[in-house]
Amino acid sequence: MEKIRIELTVNGKQHDLLVAPNRTLAQTLREDLRLTGTKQGCEVGDCGSCTVLLDDVPVNSCLVLAVQAAGRRVTTIEGLAQGNELHPIQEAMIQHGAIQCGFCTPGMILSAKALLDRNPDPDAGEIKDALSGNLCRCTGYQKIVEAVQDAAAKMGRD
Amino acid sequence: MTQKFNVIGSRAPRLDAPDKATGRACYVDDIEFPHLLEGAILQSPHAHARILSIDTSAAEALPGVAAVITHRDVPDVRYGVSPARYDETIFAIDKVRYVGDEVAAVAAEDLDTAMAALELIKVEYEVLPHVLTVDEALAEGAPVIHDAFPGNICAEVHQEFGDVAAGFAESDIIRTDVFVNKRQDGAFIEPHRCVAVYDNFGQLTLTSSTQVPHYVQRTVAMVTGIDVGKVRVKKPYVGGGFGPKAEATPCDIISAFLAIKTGRPVRVAYSREQVFLHCRARHQFKHVMKTGFKKDGTIMALDHQCWLEGGAYSSFGIATVYYAGSLLAAPYKLPNMKYDGWRVYTNKPACGAQRGHGGVAARACFEQQLDLIAKQLDMDPIELRLKNIMTAGDVSCNDLAMSSLGMKECIEAVRDGSTWRDKRGRLPKGKGIGMASGFFVSGAGYPIYRSETYHCTVTIKVQEDGGTVKVLTGAAEIGQGSDTAMAMIAAEAIGIPLDRVRLVSGDTDYGVDLGAYSSRTTLMTGHATKEAGEAVKDRVLTALAEELGIERDRLDMANGLVEISGDPVDFSELRTKYIKEHRGWSDHPAGDQITFTEAARIAYLKYGTVVGTGKYKPPVLGGKFKGAAVGTSPAYGCSAQVAEVTVDLETGQVTVDSITDAHDCGKAVNLTSVEAQMEGSVSMGLGEAMFEEVKFDDQGRVLNASLGEYHIPTVLDMPQMSCIVVESGEPNGPFGAKEVGEGAIMPTIPAILNAVHDATGVTITELPITPERVLKALKEKEQEKD
Repeated sequence: MEKIRIELTVNGKQHDLLVAPNRTLAQTLREDLRLTGTKQGCEVGDCGSCTVLLDDVPVNSCLVLAVQAAGRRVTTIEGLAQGNELHPIQEAMIQHGAIQCGFCTPGMILSAKALLDRNPDPDAGEIKDALSGNLCRCTGYQKIVEAVQDAAAKMGRD
Repeated sequence: MTQKFNVIGSRAPRLDAPDKATGRACYVDDIEFPHLLEGAILQSPHAHARILSIDTSAAEALPGVAAVITHRDVPDVRYGVSPARYDETIFAIDKVRYVGDEVAAVAAEDLDTAMAALELIKVEYEVLPHVLTVDEALAEGAPVIHDAFPGNICAEVHQEFGDVAAGFAESDIIRTDVFVNKRQDGAFIEPHRCVAVYDNFGQLTLTSSTQVPHYVQRTVAMVTGIDVGKVRVKKPYVGGGFGPKAEATPCDIISAFLAIKTGRPVRVAYSREQVFLHCRARHQFKHVMKTGFKKDGTIMALDHQCWLEGGAYSSFGIATVYYAGSLLAAPYKLPNMKYDGWRVYTNKPACGAQRGHGGVAARACFEQQLDLIAKQLDMDPIELRLKNIMTAGDVSCNDLAMSSLGMKECIEAVRDGSTWRDKRGRLPKGKGIGMASGFFVSGAGYPIYRSETYHCTVTIKVQEDGGTVKVLTGAAEIGQGSDTAMAMIAAEAIGIPLDRVRLVSGDTDYGVDLGAYSSRTTLMTGHATKEAGEAVKDRVLTALAEELGIERDRLDMANGLVEISGDPVDFSELRTKYIKEHRGWSDHPAGDQITFTEAARIAYLKYGTVVGTGKYKPPVLGGKFKGAAVGTSPAYGCSAQVAEVTVDLETGQVTVDSITDAHDCGKAVNLTSVEAQMEGSVSMGLGEAMFEEVKFDDQGRVLNASLGEYHIPTVLDMPQMSCIVVESGEPNGPFGAKEVGEGAIMPTIPAILNAVHDATGVTITELPITPERVLKALKEKEQEKD
């Protein structure tokens, strides 16, 4: 299969890549760029664990072809912390015990970030709507929702 | 418990959380293996068929294919979970027994090539008649799935404790109820995967997404014939398990054979569909319970029958069929109990263990029946339960000993926490409130294979610089928080802050640990960790006492500082010695107490590397009857929940509005993690109650093998949960701790069922509680009235 040259901006860094037309964004991130924080639980868009932000909008990166992301901005879980300083959502997830096996966590955090970036003061219902595409089998979600509420409050104060 | 703790009982953030929040945590697929081959498994398309021939020549000829293997290339050895029922082969030999049975495997340069090679393997089948349900499998003249088991009964149990006939004779009310659940899927978010590496030393190393490195090591050693000392199993971070990852899988075994054959690392990874085909999750149970009561609500006798639809192989099924009976003997005083259970082979994927194991559907049936009896007796269901509960010191009719049991406290906590008295019988039409209790082992009393092995060993090494300790354990962190709990127990036992403890786990090279199943880790590995920590502390303080020329028993350690009883001791020489060794360092110990760092350094200078070890195995437990081992445990957890629901009487749609949940975990090592287990249990129980069901077509193919079509709870399905942690102080647990991981799921389904009954007056006897079932029951009730 003939490969296609694309430019991709991932976590602020520009990459020139040669990708097969059927290669997914998730595969490109995980295998070509070794950004393995993006997880794959189903590869068909059901579980949400591969969620990344494409131009600030959460997408299942297993359902986006790498060529579709050409010329666009991608944010992965590796792009949230500033050095050793964690993003407030990451910090809140840790403090609230909202992480168990952790496999859904990167996608969950990115869905939450997309929400808080466009709606800094969401109510619980809005948080649940925003996270409804991210499956978690461990937590029962309550501590995750509490963490996002707490992160929103902290970000609002800063 | 009056003991004062510095680390235990806190809400310390989990050690693994920062890595998991930043994407740095590595799961199997995130680890790079140079020169990796991708493996793929050819699985049976038929539920039951004879294999007439297998032709792999075209697959072998495909460029990029490194190896193709079938049963001809591997030993003809049987394996499984329980040695009493080793009924699996590495690949199907004469016939396939379910859609998904392993027939052949390929290793290739990439996954596309491996998948293309699978297409080129020609298998000729003679399709055989199949059986998909218990009734079909038990019918006269039914096709036989395993020749060794004519009649398709995989395992049966017949037990009687006390005198059931006499118990019924003394009963005023006798009720019989029937209950059916559905096959559930584990639905952990990371599918099973394994990478096998066979090196030039003849050592096989597996990196596997497993709950049980120890059992995988034993099984893989057994089937490959490699000395068990040369098989190492490492578990990196694991994306959930819940039971179905508690045994060696074809990913583990086939990757091993492919790696041995090719001399290269081989990865075998299940797709989501293959997770459903492998299954090993919750059985479908049909329970019939006949129970006798006195007019005052005293439970007199239970006559219980259960049929388990098991699938094509045993997996954990023997334990499951025993658990389905034995766990009903508590937490209520039940003097007479008869149990007959049958686990039946069918041509479907094998069921195994899942959170709560065999006890979940049985508990749902029994707790629903208790509510129906309470109604007949015009008693409050909570009163009925409080009247019958056991307390610490009680022993069940099948010899399960309650060393601690905060059952009363749990029931009262949810009663008060939910304001039950204000609500029960006072809610508007369509609203309901219901409660149920739960009970579970805190670690299986015996290993799966017969052995006198320790269930776990732990080593703690003091780093030579003295600053930190390193805990080495084979325990399996699969998301439940065991790494953090063990680090906290080590810190408490040694008397140092948590940030002085480092921990590595989940590797058979670090010691024996039976793994993450039967809610065993906190109590068992906790015991071994505590013992190792106390050994370290003693060694360090003994060295210090010698150095200071005082008696050992004058010294203790807390929060990383040495406490000296009696007259003050001049330790300035010791401190000077330490500081001289660390010229140029800026963080010299100061203050009027010797630090752990100084003391540990002194110990190293005296003895060399300081190491403490710990071990644990339970004492001999249980009765002498057949199957007495299943259900035994050094301790038992218990729980109670109140569910509040809204039922749309027009559509039958049930919404769970809230769950008030209390669990007796003995002593919370980490309060946040205990709540996290409680909340996670509620979600898995709610899924099973409300919508989870693996569905099959009439050819034995899974119809909903995806997380889109198999519905697990999303955030929108979850009610408000209020968790109340009850601490009864378990004498057999480390620092008083016992289980929370599985017992917490027990009350969820029956609490919801009882709330639905409260809201509607109808009894739902088959899960899941779909709108169709509720509506049908409502209509039937309506017709009865007419």
